[in-house]
Amino acid sequence: MTGDIPKVGEASKFSAEMMKEDINSAGGLEIGGEKYMLEFIYQDNESKAESAVAVALKLIEQDKVIGIIGPNSSKQAIPGGEVADDNRTPMVSPWSTNPATTKGRPYVFRAAFLDPFQGPVAANFATQQFDAKTAAVMYNLDNDYSKGLAEYFTAAFEKLHGKGSVIAYESFGQKDQDFSVQLTKIIAAKPDFMFLPIYYNKVALVLPQAEDLGWDGDVLGSDSWGSAELVTLAGDSVKGHYFITHYAAAGAKGATKAFIDRYNSTYGYIPDDVGALSWDALGVMVEGLKGMKEITGDIAADRVALMESIKAIKSFAGVTGTMAFDKEGDPIKEAVIVKVSDSGEFVFEKAVAP
Amino acid sequence: MLTTLLQNVINALQWGSFYSMIALGYCLVYGVLRLINFAHGDIFMVAAYIGFVFVGFLLKFMPGSGMYGWLVLAITLPVTMILTSMLGVFIERVAYRPLREKGAHRLYVVITALMVGLVLENGNLAIFGASSRKFPEIIDKVVFTFAGVRITNLKVLVIVTAIVIFIFLQTVVNRSKIGMAMRAISYDKFGIPLMGIPVNRVVVFTFIVGSSLAAIAGVLFGMSYPVLDPYMGMIIGWKAFIAAVVGGIGDIKGAFLGGFMLGFIEILIVSFFSSNLKDLIAFTILLIILVIKPTGFFGVAKSTKI
Repeated sequence: MTGDIPKVGEASKFSAEMMKEDINSAGGLEIGGEKYMLEFIYQDNESKAESAVAVALKLIEQDKVIGIIGPNSSKQAIPGGEVADDNRTPMVSPWSTNPATTKGRPYVFRAAFLDPFQGPVAANFATQQFDAKTAAVMYNLDNDYSKGLAEYFTAAFEKLHGKGSVIAYESFGQKDQDFSVQLTKIIAAKPDFMFLPIYYNKVALVLPQAEDLGWDGDVLGSDSWGSAELVTLAGDSVKGHYFITHYAAAGAKGATKAFIDRYNSTYGYIPDDVGALSWDALGVMVEGLKGMKEITGDIAADRVALMESIKAIKSFAGVTGTMAFDKEGDPIKEAVIVKVSDSGEFVFEKAVAP
Repeated sequence: MLTTLLQNVINALQWGSFYSMIALGYCLVYGVLRLINFAHGDIFMVAAYIGFVFVGFLLKFMPGSGMYGWLVLAITLPVTMILTSMLGVFIERVAYRPLREKGAHRLYVVITALMVGLVLENGNLAIFGASSRKFPEIIDKVVFTFAGVRITNLKVLVIVTAIVIFIFLQTVVNRSKIGMAMRAISYDKFGIPLMGIPVNRVVVFTFIVGSSLAAIAGVLFGMSYPVLDPYMGMIIGWKAFIAAVVGGIGDIKGAFLGGFMLGFIEILIVSFFSSNLKDLIAFTILLIILVIKPTGFFGVAKSTKI
């Protein structure tokens, strides 16, 4: 809740408070015929890896918690996950997207989707929405995230439309500002749409240049577009285009909308990705608790039972989509595609499964 | 295919214009003082920010479109040039001149220049923070199309400005009295004061012209690539410096053509090979050119460079 991204921790805590209120006001959680009141212990990892290890140990050994929600960033979630797994304590990270967080750790789960997952999502969405048979990709060569996504997308798209359907595959360097030649190449190849797994500040340079060079087709971005600064920097050029994200506040329906409204009225702002993902991480944990046969009182045995129970969740309907877990503890869920509206809002367009 | 090629020629002309404008700034200072002013790329960055702040200020009073947009530009350019010149002269006064007067080796002055660049970058970081800034759109975009080749009015402006600056500098350096003084200092900096030529005043003039060039380039760059960050001047500054060296540093024609050459090499590599290899191939080519001709295209070893 302190450190360089304090808002992230705050959002998680607010979600947890809401969840606690919900359950305890209903008389507690029923496990094996008995009601238990929920209690959360908040610990601050100061956005540091070493503090994450320390607080995870404290929670496990002193506070004897049955499970841990968090840490959020991969930087803390990877070491935190190691501690939790070594001590056989179930952990659900809301936000971490690095595969290493859960890999080979049966006790560690997460609520957010992984980077590779966005590739097939982008391919499927473009095929349905744009009726695309050919694609162009432009990515940031010296960024693993961007390069990885470009590769995952190409693999997925070529699986759908045959080899060679990604007709332009261009890259640029981190410090580059002129993309005219890459874009000229892409435009000359006449793809049905362009996939841009790049950061929002590059989007703000690429899209106006593409427009100048005569691009008027569709553009799809990755979750790295999802910043409030996107529209400030890119202006009109980004309007009408789509990107993949974890959840959309504008245009939300049903349970998601109810959650957003409640959060907004309690804390005075629209919850962001972390708030929503924390809510779902908590939901997963609660779902796991409900699925347990009984609380034996032997904390080690209960933790194992909770892990088994979370693993066995068939389908959990969260505010960021319906999910189940694969054998690595990563969610199998739908991604949300949002459209940047003319007023610059990110409006829900579609939920797409990989 | 031909359309694509022509389009890339236009792309290269625009991108090369920026290299040229920055390379000319390096060249001018080097020509007079034999000082590689490594802070030049960062002066360019500061100029873009000055332009950004001033345009933001002007837009509070007038709309940024139509004729007003051009008016905003017409006011912003000279103001940015003046403010950037003041910065350039200030840097010369506090960082370079003391070293020169103490007769320090050129190496120390170059290191000082590098440090000045870092100070500018981090000073900017302290004022504006790390997040990128958006340079406001001030002129209405018009796209001209000839046989499928598209060029915006801004690109035309950039290319024309680069050429005008080159002609202006050529004339000043070769035809005017102060130009003669500049050439004279570069020829013999110990004998010249004895002839009654005010060396420091000529050096200040050189920095004013060099910084004004950076200012023009900075504002046009901000308009063309409207996302500003404190490190935006670093790489383009280095590359422009390399362009100036390959062209023959100290020679105005060399810096100008060197800038365009680098622009063309970069763009043509991407259009014919893979964009992954752009910098690798581009700088290999430049390296080969320098190995064959160490003084660059227009440079002559140990001559009266300006």
